[in-house]
Amino acid sequence: MIKSILKSDDFKIKNFINYIVIAAALVVCIILFQAGELKTSYVNLLVQIGYSIILAVSLNLVVGFLGELSLGHAGFMCVGAYLGTFISIQLSEVIESKVICLLISMIFGGLIAAVFGFLVGLPALRLKGDYLAIVTLAFGEIVRTVFKNLPKELFGGAMGLSTNAVKFTKRDIPLFIIVFIVVILTLFFVQNLVRSKHGRAITAIRDNEIAAKAMGINVTFYKLFVFVIAAFFAGVAGVFYGHYATPVMYTFFSYNYSIEILVMVVLGGMGSINGSIIAATLIPIINYKLQEKLPGDLAALKFLIYAVILIGIVIFNNAPKLAPIKERLSVKALIAKVTAKNRKPEDILNDPAHWDRIPTKIAMDEVLSTDIQPGNEYVPDKPAKGGK
Amino acid sequence: MSILFDGLSLGAIYALIALGYTMVYGIAKMLNFAHGDIIMVGAYAVFVTLISGGHIALAIGLSVIICVIMGVVVEKFAYKPLRGASPLAVLITAIGVSYLLQSISQLVFGAEPKTVTIASLGAITLFGAKISVSSIVTLVIGAVIMAGLTVFVKKTRTGRAMVAVSEDKGAAMLMGINVNKIISITFAIGSALAAAASLFYLMQIPSVEPTLGSMPGIKAFTAAVIGGIGSIPGAMIGGVLLGVIEKICLSVPVLAPYTTAVEFGLLIVILLVRPIGLLGKKRREKV
Repeated sequence: MIKSILKSDDFKIKNFINYIVIAAALVVCIILFQAGELKTSYVNLLVQIGYSIILAVSLNLVVGFLGELSLGHAGFMCVGAYLGTFISIQLSEVIESKVICLLISMIFGGLIAAVFGFLVGLPALRLKGDYLAIVTLAFGEIVRTVFKNLPKELFGGAMGLSTNAVKFTKRDIPLFIIVFIVVILTLFFVQNLVRSKHGRAITAIRDNEIAAKAMGINVTFYKLFVFVIAAFFAGVAGVFYGHYATPVMYTFFSYNYSIEILVMVVLGGMGSINGSIIAATLIPIINYKLQEKLPGDLAALKFLIYAVILIGIVIFNNAPKLAPIKERLSVKALIAKVTAKNRKPEDILNDPAHWDRIPTKIAMDEVLSTDIQPGNEYVPDKPAKGGK
Repeated sequence: MSILFDGLSLGAIYALIALGYTMVYGIAKMLNFAHGDIIMVGAYAVFVTLISGGHIALAIGLSVIICVIMGVVVEKFAYKPLRGASPLAVLITAIGVSYLLQSISQLVFGAEPKTVTIASLGAITLFGAKISVSSIVTLVIGAVIMAGLTVFVKKTRTGRAMVAVSEDKGAAMLMGINVNKIISITFAIGSALAAAASLFYLMQIPSVEPTLGSMPGIKAFTAAVIGGIGSIPGAMIGGVLLGVIEKICLSVPVLAPYTTAVEFGLLIVILLVRPIGLLGKKRREKV
């Protein structure tokens, strides 16, 4: 299965632009960091952006590609943050290097979160839409309550899990470098998954589950698969959070944080990975800037902005009555208008993107008007000379 | 005994909220995430009226009126444009509205809880157990409201139109029912119930904060799902059941910190075993 994911056949520069941009940004940041130009708060911001991208891209798999709403993404992150960091703290007594601790605990944190993803995915097989959203929300709340009340010696209880033993300090290599390398790996995996036959199966389930089932797609498998993958990456993001923040507090992973991730996905565009990356970069920056400017209760302004973004974008994109306005304003329509003049009818006929839009009548008219002209009549092929 | 009574009155509050969810779900086929926040709006309305020296009756009246207006306005501006759009879009919008109401109230009133004293009614002793009067009042008025609602839905023209719309929107439209009006009325009734719930809530826990509505809202939705969404008696049973379970959990020391987990765990189990809830009707999905 992994093999076929990696064996995607369309290699275009367009498909790699996001890796290139992220890698370039990473190089610039490293250079700035070495030159001592980067403030500590900006270094922290970079880590935040990194794990936000992982979270947003993985949630986009569930919301944008599978078409189910998950309100418990912060719950998976919570599992990864608590258990992954816990493993890392245990390891740090044996292994000297923090990086190796982080990498091992990252994999374990992700796997444990994936197990929870499997458990939450099970209800997803019987439920959908609003019910599933509520189940994922309930899951997030249950996880938080449990970690709050587990024994203090293990996870710190109401005080949160202290991560001082594994937290990256100034003497270690900066955490953001590792985070961004993992971001690129995540993108590589998710993007190839989405473009593979498995990705097409997942979007087919989103568009029409019954039809997908009728085409022989194993709906059970793919739904569980998406939940497990998304939970894995959320767990990985959680482990990063655990190595960056201290203490790991159950309050951080509230329903509000799940919504914040959802805002990233919706703002970037459901089903658009590059969109998620951009939004997941913007939102931590906005948070950071607003935190500087807005003291106390004005912090609610941030949520007000999120709310307006959510409502505005969703209504604009989905309201049936606004569809004509949307069509007029969309960038794709503008590009199409400009290039339309240079297009020949054959181009449209051969472009798969237009197959659903071509009225057969026009095609027939073209055939009739071009093919049958005086002196150019249609002559059937002569029957093959056979026999005798 | 007193636990049972507390549980019943808490259950009555949940049931009132759950009715709002279940009616809206039955008719508009959407989960109104902002319903819990309507409760918060109602509670703030009571708070403001009482602070500015108004009488409690005025506070109740204002709270109901403001909630109804709020419910209808939200429906008009946020949900109506999305009628016919994908359920995912509607759900995300509803979450957005919930967020919007919370953040606006935080901007206006601040994040810290404010105390509201409605009227302390004291407690009486019944069958050897101390029972607060406010929980009896909640229980009685809650029961009256629910009975009234059942009669309204079964006997009046509007109520029957609501049932018709929830059964089949298209057919109801063909029969001359103004579907948009019915949906507005449903939102209005749901919001009025939320206002009532906010009053009872304040009688038990006398403080308001911007996030007041979100937890009871989610729990009431849980109640609605347990009872079978779309079913009015189901919402009542589910609400009362959840309230009693919550109070019992809180009274057992081992379970008390995990109360929320127990309730949501129950929700997940019920959805897995019987996704349509206790009294829900099974619907076949057609191509």
